[in-house]
Amino acid sequence: MAPILTVEKLTMRFGGLTAVKEVSFTAAEGAITAVIGPNGAGKTTMFNCITGFYRPTGGSLVLHHGGQEVALHRLAGHRIARAGVARTFQNVRLFAGMTALENLLVAQHRKLMASTGFGIGAVLGLSGYKAAEQAAIGRATAWLEACGLIDRADDPAGSLPYGAQRRLEIARAMCTEPALLCLDEPAAGLNPRESTALGELLRAIRDGRAAEGAAPCSILLIEHDMGVVMGISDHIVVLDHGSKIADGTPAAIRADEKVIAAYLGEGDEDEHEDSAA
Amino acid sequence: MSLAHPRRPVLGAALKDAGLAALIAAGLFLPMVGLRTDVGPTGALFLRTRWTDVLLLVAIVFAGRFLIRLWQEWRAERHGPSLQKRLAGPMLRLGRFVAPALLLFALLLPLIPGIGRYELDLGILVLTYVMLGWGLNIVVGLAGLLDLGYVAFYAVGAYSYALLAQYFGLSFWICLPLAGLLAAFWGILLGFPVLRLRGDYLAIVTLGFGEIIRLVLLNWVSLTGGPNGISGIPRPSFFGLAFTAGGGPGSFADFFGLEPSPTHRVVFLYYLILALALLTNWVTLRLRRQPLGRAWEAMREDEIACRSLGINITTTKLTAFALGAMFGGFAGAFFATRQAFISPESFTFIESAIILAIVVLGGLGSQLGVAIAALVLIGGFEVFRDLQEWRMLVFGAAMVLIMIWKPRGLVGSRTPTVALSEKRTISAAMVAEGRG
Amino acid sequence: MAYALQQLINGVSLGMIYGLIAIGYTMVYGIIGMINFAHGDIFMVGAFLSLIGLLLITSSGMLDGAGAIVLVLALSMAFTALYGWTVERIAYRPLRGSFRLAPLISAIGMSIVLQNYVQVAQGARVKPIEPVVHGGFTLMRDGTFAVQLSTMQILIITTTLAILGVFTWLVTKTPLGRAMRACEQDRRMASLLGIDTDRTISITFVIGAALASVAGTMYLLRYGVIDFYIGFLVGVKAFTAAVLGGIGSLPGAVLGGLLIGLIETFWSAYFSVQYKDVAAFSILIMTLVFMPTGLLGRAEVEKV
Repeated sequence: MAPILTVEKLTMRFGGLTAVKEVSFTAAEGAITAVIGPNGAGKTTMFNCITGFYRPTGGSLVLHHGGQEVALHRLAGHRIARAGVARTFQNVRLFAGMTALENLLVAQHRKLMASTGFGIGAVLGLSGYKAAEQAAIGRATAWLEACGLIDRADDPAGSLPYGAQRRLEIARAMCTEPALLCLDEPAAGLNPRESTALGELLRAIRDGRAAEGAAPCSILLIEHDMGVVMGISDHIVVLDHGSKIADGTPAAIRADEKVIAAYLGEGDEDEHEDSAA
Repeated sequence: MSLAHPRRPVLGAALKDAGLAALIAAGLFLPMVGLRTDVGPTGALFLRTRWTDVLLLVAIVFAGRFLIRLWQEWRAERHGPSLQKRLAGPMLRLGRFVAPALLLFALLLPLIPGIGRYELDLGILVLTYVMLGWGLNIVVGLAGLLDLGYVAFYAVGAYSYALLAQYFGLSFWICLPLAGLLAAFWGILLGFPVLRLRGDYLAIVTLGFGEIIRLVLLNWVSLTGGPNGISGIPRPSFFGLAFTAGGGPGSFADFFGLEPSPTHRVVFLYYLILALALLTNWVTLRLRRQPLGRAWEAMREDEIACRSLGINITTTKLTAFALGAMFGGFAGAFFATRQAFISPESFTFIESAIILAIVVLGGLGSQLGVAIAALVLIGGFEVFRDLQEWRMLVFGAAMVLIMIWKPRGLVGSRTPTVALSEKRTISAAMVAEGRG
Repeated sequence: MAYALQQLINGVSLGMIYGLIAIGYTMVYGIIGMINFAHGDIFMVGAFLSLIGLLLITSSGMLDGAGAIVLVLALSMAFTALYGWTVERIAYRPLRGSFRLAPLISAIGMSIVLQNYVQVAQGARVKPIEPVVHGGFTLMRDGTFAVQLSTMQILIITTTLAILGVFTWLVTKTPLGRAMRACEQDRRMASLLGIDTDRTISITFVIGAALASVAGTMYLLRYGVIDFYIGFLVGVKAFTAAVLGGIGSLPGAVLGGLLIGLIETFWSAYFSVQYKDVAAFSILIMTLVFMPTGLLGRAEVEKV
């Protein structure tokens, strides 16, 4: 399969602490790739490097999209999103005071802004802004439907229940029309029924059948709950203490001794806590 | 609390509380009010005692605290929603009529019989602050960037017009857009270094910028006239028709065959500032429903999430700064032409504080709230003109009290910019106020 | 050389005054995360209370010299502390846990109130006093220029250092100091552990006001003239000092105060007196933009 993201010897140091040490892996196009590992394994740090919130100390990150190779590690934060990488956050970061619909329109800022003639035309009521806005609302509606939030479209995002907020955040990320969707612990805090529904949604997003007119989208997710990951991932990368210890299909990972040792040795308690939550 | 309390302990507790308050008041007022430093005949200071004043103040504090406590007890004992909650429904319905009613009143004010020069001047003053409030609302209310130096752009606008008119003889109508552009330019210039700053730090840096601009205006005597300011700034004309007192040929009165009257110019200035203020409002309201305005509000809610959606924070912040500054510049040019005289004294920190107070007291992001706050604060300030030196004291106390009463301002809720079915206002508790 | 030495002495004594006020800013910012905008005016109130105390003591002829100054300091500290407490109680406590802008506006309102209250109560005219502390030493003579170290400057420096010593002991070694630092770290957790956070915050304001009043006394004695408006500019500069030193850091506040005092003095001496405030504000801006954690502050990392 063609790669969507190639990570080469990614290293991130904070002062004397090396959070990620020469990690290399490839995420395939049209697949769900999961990065797992016990707490403190460096998952979130790596994630923040990929999505541009940290600048890696060493190594390279290359996005293969539309026949081009984009070096993500050289781009400024907002340019990474424009290159086709969208993300969600571990602690949901919605625009709480804006409605669900508005959240999804903000995500389409770039497209809409271009159609307004960068603000000036729109103030004067010129240009094809009306049509562009209708299209944007259409796309937002499709994603609200895909996430089962169409009834709450005009409610402020901050008033939605937690599970709905997580889905809305995914919908918002998808409204940027990304090539790669990065999810930071998407199942954290969800009940088993919501987790199953999330798995369904993610598979639908991968295959491009989640919402009307949506293109297939590769997914990279991090999670420390093995149970969630095994069910939906096509490919799993395991980190421990900042280094990659395994890389393969769910079945291969399940049988890997190093992974079992890492989880039994350190991650055991966390797992119980999480499945109880 | 809901259990019926016997009357007596409540009264006793209130008395004790009031006594304590009186004791503290005595400590506060005894030296500061009771002992007044005066300059004696020899030029040296001596102390004049004013014990009765202290006694009076302490008695007021005692009675005030006592009554407040009783009222609080009385309110706590009563069941049912508070007055504020019960009024919320009718107020909301009333609110829909307030904006059109205010607009109509503003449009017709000069025509109302009995409205003289003084009332019109007051109207101009209030509208100037409404405009400044609306301009700052873009920066603070929508984009969530705390700006304590907004007066700097007001000053840039005023001095731009004054200097351009003085050195190049340009007319008001040419200078007005220039003043706005120059102010916007300064807005961007000052905006660049502060992009990374957040919250209180941003507030302090903008305060610093405001003061630097004022100090430069004060000390660059060869250009700005220093503390003496610039006088003889040309008045605006009505499409080339001057407002001259004599009503000679080519004047406004002559052209329309009217009796020359100084009121013409005041009425003209009134409509001019009304038009400028409404322009500010129109642009803001329109932008709010555009991607740019939505990006501002999203930035106020969560800057990091904005970045993850590909929104360029730098340009988004700068546009807010520039636009806010531009309207400040317009208002400044208007101020200069109305006063015909400007000096650095008009652009002190307290002006910035008042404009910010108008925005916050009105309710961040609410155009109507800002207009009402400007009317209440500036209008009220004029109404209490007889209080003289006490006026500012009352003004400051009002700021504190309104904040305690309504921390989110008079209109704290937010109206969505777009809706699938029906727009419902979003309560203030949801809306973030920005950290930048 | 001699000229520079003289500026150094002047700068240090001015910087001590800024440092004392800066501590109030830094403590309040550390504990409740707000800029106490009225703090500069608390300093002004302290200066006025010192003036009143001084007139009261000298006119009654009870004491003079060192005794009088100690008594003035004590009186002014006590009464200014009461003002500090009242400001917090009236304007800030009802807004605790409210939106961030509300306390800021309330503080600006309080600053206006204090300024105009003193103006109404004590009059708008400047208040000059006769020099109270005389004498000094000539350290060095360079041609016609003599480097003076006045008794007043010695007094300012020693008093500040003594008060700082007591204060550092208070914050580092006592249960009260522990409670204050606990509130600084995590107010909710502190209150769960049984610390009366309201009381701790009140005490922070009281201490800050008392230190500002010491600065007020020193300012009055050093410059011999005050008015109701001195709080704003001195306050902003002291805040600059707090930021420069690293907000939240007590030694940083003093260090920042010294630096601001020195920069201001040297700028006036070598460049231009008119633009000395521009220099102070420029430093404020440059510090915040290029070094927002200050000299001795901790970096704050935003978690994504």
